[in-house]
Amino acid sequence: MTTAFFWIFAATITGGGLLSITRRNGVSAVLWAAVAFVGIAGLFVLMQAYFLAVVEVLVYAGAIMVLFLFVIMLLNLRKSDLAVMRGARLHAGGAVLGAAFLGGLVWTCRRAGLFDVPLEVGVSGETANLAGPLFKDYLLPFEIASFLLLAAMVGAVLITKRRLR
Amino acid sequence: MTVGHVVTLAGVLFTIGMVGVLSRRNLLIVLLSVELMLNAAALAFVAFAVHHGNLDGQVMVFFAITVAAAEVAVGLAMVIALFRLRLTVDTDKVSLLRR
Repeated sequence: MTTAFFWIFAATITGGGLLSITRRNGVSAVLWAAVAFVGIAGLFVLMQAYFLAVVEVLVYAGAIMVLFLFVIMLLNLRKSDLAVMRGARLHAGGAVLGAAFLGGLVWTCRRAGLFDVPLEVGVSGETANLAGPLFKDYLLPFEIASFLLLAAMVGAVLITKRRLR
Repeated sequence: MTVGHVVTLAGVLFTIGMVGVLSRRNLLIVLLSVELMLNAAALAFVAFAVHHGNLDGQVMVFFAITVAAAEVAVGLAMVIALFRLRLTVDTDKVSLLRR
């Protein structure tokens, strides 16, 4: 059962990712990326990382993708601007680099025996379990993250301002 | 489903994002590909966190998502500022510092 769901989500993620980088239309690229993010959230549920699954859908498939859509529609790009791709040389180079990276990764996983033992969830990542380390061991990073978000918000508003006074 | 399967899937997604960054010239799609790569790393983090029965990896993903949200907000603001200045989001046409 879990295996079947894994392959469904794997197909969703791979298909969504591939379509999102090949679409010439910016809006459909963003929507396919959202499909991939939903697939990742499904995989998180499969690994019982429930809190992260919800955060993934809320923040990525929700907020970030909507932000992308807003900017794409705001800029109102010309068709010729969106369609531009690099030459075939860079495509081939990227594919070769990616294949080498993937081959090395699979080889390392096989050497480390990561394909041998099935994934068993010890501690489920539900909100209550995650809140423990988040508010005890990682309290300082948590506060820094809140400050970072504030800084990013102020920075984004400042950068997009037409004229600073 | 083993850790190796999930990590391999994360590698595939990371590769897709890498090819997107290398082969696209639209700055928005390049940013989108970077998001795909960040998510691939998150996937690997969660897989290993589950494998080791430890929640620290998941907390790390939580922070990564926070930073990604901040990065996207600032990045898209810069895209808008760039578009105002040069009327393009083509990365090859923004090469003033290269000259």
